[in-house]
Parts: sequence; structure tokens; C-alpha cells
Amino acid sequence: MPLSISPARVWREREPRYRLVGKRCKKCGAIIYPPRPACPHCGSRDLEDVELPRTGTVETYTIIYTVMDGFRHKAPLPIAIVRLDNGLDNGARVLAPLTDIDPEEIKTGMRVEAVLRRIKQDGEHGLIAYGVAFRPVLSEPRK
Amino acid sequence: MTRVYVAGVGMTKIGRHFDKGFLDLTAESAFKAIDDAGGIEPEAIVVTNMMSSRLNEQDSLGAYIAAGLGFRGKPAFKVEAACGSGGAGVYNAYLMVRSGLFNAVLVVGVEKMTDYPTSTVTAALAQAADAEYELFYGASFTGLNALMMRYYMEKHGVTRDEMSEWPVMMHSNAVSNPYAQFRRKITKEDVAKSQVVADPIRLLDSSPIGDGSAAVLLVSEELAKKMPNKPDVYIAGAWMAVDTVELTNRESLDRIPAARIAAEKAYKMAGLEPKDIDVIEIHDAFTVNGIMLLEELGFAPYGKAAKLLNEGRFHPGDRPTANPSGGLKARGHPVGTTGVYQVAEVAMQLRGDFPGLRVDGAEAGLTTNMGGDGSSLSVHILRKT
Ligand SMILES: [Zn+2]
Repeated sequence: MPLSISPARVWREREPRYRLVGKRCKKCGAIIYPPRPACPHCGSRDLEDVELPRTGTVETYTIIYTVMDGFRHKAPLPIAIVRLDNGLDNGARVLAPLTDIDPEEIKTGMRVEAVLRRIKQDGEHGLIAYGVAFRPVLSEPRK
Repeated sequence: MTRVYVAGVGMTKIGRHFDKGFLDLTAESAFKAIDDAGGIEPEAIVVTNMMSSRLNEQDSLGAYIAAGLGFRGKPAFKVEAACGSGGAGVYNAYLMVRSGLFNAVLVVGVEKMTDYPTSTVTAALAQAADAEYELFYGASFTGLNALMMRYYMEKHGVTRDEMSEWPVMMHSNAVSNPYAQFRRKITKEDVAKSQVVADPIRLLDSSPIGDGSAAVLLVSEELAKKMPNKPDVYIAGAWMAVDTVELTNRESLDRIPAARIAAEKAYKMAGLEPKDIDVIEIHDAFTVNGIMLLEELGFAPYGKAAKLLNEGRFHPGDRPTANPSGGLKARGHPVGTTGVYQVAEVAMQLRGDFPGLRVDGAEAGLTTNMGGDGSSLSVHILRKT
């Protein structure tokens, strides 16, 4: 089944998806990712753009064996929720695949950094959609 | 304001109905519900369904089903809230009757899932999640629930074995339910050995793919009084709450705050507390949903539901008895109609004519239907007059 990737749709998300631009709520201080027009915590519309750090910690993860159409070549597919290093208690979370790692080595609490990876493709010669994935941090000593 | 009674209920067995389409399934449940109510003609029809557009290439579902069942010219529409569509539809019908504008509203839910390969159904179900920030990355619906399950187990120190008590109990409860998709017992060992779908979720943590339809006919007090056999079950409290579709913007990954909000409102409307509830039918698309909902609905302290379950709480004989139908796990989960099954089942428990495992003398029951991984929650509290 073709994926029918829409260039406009991918382009629209370029700032949040590739540069990890979220929102900071000026009223309650929460960091919001993905960005929303109003704060999910206090409802305020007084938000500002904030570029998030590209390193963080795996808060939870899964390894998907029964994958959806379009992801068969990626199975088993590891997906994590990463808590980014905002220096705040409520640092933003990002959901993304884990990459460059053996599924058996994945652990809650491991340090990861964001990189750009191919996520899906419209057939063999079609459009390619890229996205953020997280890999083990190379610049910090492994624990 | 008028009380809203459950005057009639109808269900189909859940399973692989390769010989039945939307109209065959809905005719069976809807006509049963209408006949159960003594033949009352509905003034409006609420159709609940999740995936007709994506899987079955059928939109206009309100018109398609209402007109197909002989209700041309009446108001009808489809209510969609992913896997929570059924409960959201009952809530809509409740509001319609409670408003005083309608005296009889039929809710009929339907889902046809078994005509397509698992990967296609998996992709359609995943649309319950955020398309740009979850679905885009290949995070299946099971995958998202797996993220919550791992977080819950690690945070609260709950073991695989303790979690497995839920599906084991569900399969045991379903054995006598003639509408259930699975009517065979399983063991904790079976759960531990079953295929990993999205680690740590295994096949026997997951509700099955199945077709089914359920219907309930809601009527006003005014109409109920005129019926030769006045219905004796009414909706005493009902509420719905939503949360962020995307998991990342929630405060915590081991909570379902929308369930707590909807339940608190519904308890208040009904003038009841969790200790007053005899029977519950709650949303366990995955083991972790059932466990977390027991906590949010006020039946177990935070982080303790699995432990209590393993001590025998919520089993047949205890109050509340959880999911005597077998729940989504074993009764089945034809996604967009599951919430209607729950209301029909609890109404029958209070009437005393549920054909499976019965909670004797039940006076008050609660249903919770969830859309997405905690993004659309509806709670209904039913009481006996
Ligand atoms: Zn805020």
C-alpha cells in the first residue's frame, strides 16, 4: 500500500519535528511538545517558541514486533519517550524511535541524543519522510 | 429534569462474522433492543463506530444504518471517539433524552474488523494516536500502551506475574458469557509464554480483533411511566472528559486523569461513592488499562490495583466485581461499539438477566469506556429504581 507522503504536510511540521521547537508557557512555565496553540496544563495562550535540548534520558520504551503497514522493514521497531535535559522538573518529553542500538541493550534511564533519520518512504522510488530518532549519547562516557 | 432509563438492550456475539456486514450486525442488536423495550420506536438514532471510513470505505454511517434499519426521516449521526466511541455515543444519547427534546433514542454501535489483515487493522487502530508525533514514527496503538505499561510496572514495582492476573480473570469470567469472543480459561504461564506484540505487552495482554454490534434504547421518565413493563434501570450519572491525544504532554505516564475527572462528576451526579458500586465493566483493551482504571475510578490506591487483584479483590463474589462479561480481553473489543456493550451488560446485571456470570443483588453499576490511550473517557453509573 503506498504511503502517499504529502510534502506540504511534512514541511508544515519542520520546526517542531526537526529542530525540536516546542513552546514554553509564560503563565505556568510548562514546556510543551509537540507545540499546541494553548497550554495543556493551564489553558494559557501566552506561549513562546523554545528550541529544546537534543539530549535526554529514556523515561520508558517499547520494542514493537507487530508493526503497522509501512514499517515492516523496520521490525522490531524500538520506540521511546525521552525526557529532554531542560534543567527543569517538567522537562519536555519527545516520542521517537531509538536508533543505532541493539534492542537488547535498551534500558530505562539511558542517555540518548537526537539525530536525523529516515522514517518512511513512498515505495522504492518515492518521497522520503525524515524525522528525529534518538541514539545512545556518544559524547558522554557510557554508564 | 427527566430521568433517563435503559428500556432495552441487544447484543451480537463478538467474533469473526465473515457472513455479516454493518446492516446485518446492527439489525440484530438494534431490533433486539427495540423488542426488549416492548417495541418502542426510537425518535433519533446515534450510531457509534471508529473505523468505518478507513477500513470499510463507508462514511455517512448515521444515515446508512438508520435508514437501513427503517428509520428514514429521523435524526441520526455517527459518534466517533476512537475505542471510546460507544461510551461517547451513549453519553450523547443520554444528553438528548435528558434535555427533554427526545423521549426515545437508540444507540447502536458497530465495528467490522476481521475483513482485513492484522497489519491494516493495526494501522487503522493507530489513528487513535497523534498522527504527526506518534503515528508518524510507527508507534502502534499497542506500542503506546506498552510505553505506559513499562512505566507503570517499573515505577510501582509490579511484576509480569502480578499483571497477568487480569487477563486470567477476564478469560475465566467470560466462560459463561454467550456473547463473548473467547470462552476458554488461560493461565499466567500462558500469558507469559504468549507472543510479544510490543514489549512488554504480550498477545494475551491484548484484546482481540473482532466484529460485533450492541444497542441500547434510552427513554425519558415520561415515556417509561407509560410502558406496560416499566424499566427499572436508569442512568444516575454520566460524564465525559478528554485529555491530550499525545502522551508526551501529560503530567505522568502512569495515570489516566480524564478517567478520574469523568468518574468524580458521575459519582457526584449519582450521589454515590466507589464503595456503593456492585459491578463494573471497565476498559481493558490492554492489561495495563484495566489496572490503571481501577485506581482512577477510586477502587484501588495509586499503584496498588495489581497487588489487590492478586489478593482476590474484584473477582467474582467481591464488590465491585470487575468485568463479569470477560471485559475487552475476553468478551472482545469491536472497538467503536465496546462502550455500548458495557452499558447493555451492566443494565442486564441490575435487571438480573445477564446470561453469563451474574453479580447477584447488584443495585449500582459503573461503566468506563476509553478512546485512545486515555484521551476520551466516558463514565456511566447505572442504578436500579
Ligand atoms: Zn501553562
